[in-house]
Amino acid sequence: MKTVSLTIDGKEIRAKEGEKVLWVALDNGIYIPNLCVIREALQSPAACRLCFVEVEGKDKPVTACTEPVIEGMVVNTQGPQALRLARTAFELLMASHPVECAHCLSRDSCELLKIAPHLKVRLKIKRLRGLPRGLPIDSSSPLFIYDPNKCVLCGRCVWVCRERLGIGDISFAHRGFQRVVATFGDEPMARARCSACDECVTVCPSGALCFKDGKGPKEELNRPVEKSKS
Amino acid sequence: MTKEQVNHIQETRRILKQFSRKRGNLIPILQEVQGKLGYLPREAMLVIAGFLGIPAIDVYGVVTFYNQFRLNPPGKHSIRVCLGTACHMKGGYIALDAWKRRLDIDSGETTPDREFDLDTVACVGCCTMAPVTVVDDKPQAQVEPTKVDGILLSFELEKEKASKENL
Repeated sequence: MKTVSLTIDGKEIRAKEGEKVLWVALDNGIYIPNLCVIREALQSPAACRLCFVEVEGKDKPVTACTEPVIEGMVVNTQGPQALRLARTAFELLMASHPVECAHCLSRDSCELLKIAPHLKVRLKIKRLRGLPRGLPIDSSSPLFIYDPNKCVLCGRCVWVCRERLGIGDISFAHRGFQRVVATFGDEPMARARCSACDECVTVCPSGALCFKDGKGPKEELNRPVEKSKS
Repeated sequence: MTKEQVNHIQETRRILKQFSRKRGNLIPILQEVQGKLGYLPREAMLVIAGFLGIPAIDVYGVVTFYNQFRLNPPGKHSIRVCLGTACHMKGGYIALDAWKRRLDIDSGETTPDREFDLDTVACVGCCTMAPVTVVDDKPQAQVEPTKVDGILLSFELEKEKASKENL
């Protein structure tokens, strides 16, 4: 595989040609916020709009999870235009996400709690009016709780259920602000197949799906890898 | 399984004979089935999912995405509350709330006796009559909560009259 050299935030990096900017950055210890992308997936849904970066020579910011690296590329993860887009996207998510971290079972694994300080955005959004969804919490499963109010519609659970496990029992339903991750007929999660499986819980970044004891395994989210200096 | 459900499955299977097992046929199939049954019952969606070889949730996702598909059987009388711009300004939501309260159902639902189904529309083109509710394809003007009571009372009287005549 051909390797190319590029610069991210002033750091010179060698990477495989065609690899996405997001993975190259994370592998080299540079964090770019992201929610929706799973590394083993062939394609990123590019749904969360948080991984915007600026690339020299392009007049608009691009999503790092879909942008392949090319020779001589110069990437800036801290560009004002990119950060503005990412911040707004994050504020829109948080405007309908209940901020009750003190008694949220997922606070230790919550990705939103990590993204907020990185983007320098408060959890309680001031700029936008809060719009709570007021949906019922599904605690029918013996293993986990599903709180659709905390869902950011990243689609990770949907991907895992469908592509990794080949089950396809949960997916998006309804439209617009009513859009939720649901089972067929909006039935409780404790139905036969969902009660035996909790794989979706391990990939949820926002606490919408969480284990009842607040512990349980959580898959490592896409965090930067610090390379040892040698 | 009730007789109605068995009938729904048979009708759906009959309609599916005209289609190939292509995923792209999902919406035409749903339209055809709804055209025949009046709505998309659970059992029909499951048959369609099996036919196309896709998860049932994918059918459900499409059905709940598009306004044209209904999950509830149509009632004898259809109530369509306009929430277009003019009706919105003149209190369309008040009319909708009145209907919801009187019929004890939510928008998109049907009363258990299948007499009425309630839904919203975005402008029916007679904004001077706002707020409008289209009752059985007839637009009703200036629908306030008292008018809702009036309309429902006229249906009740009609029903009483019909049952007396039948006796």
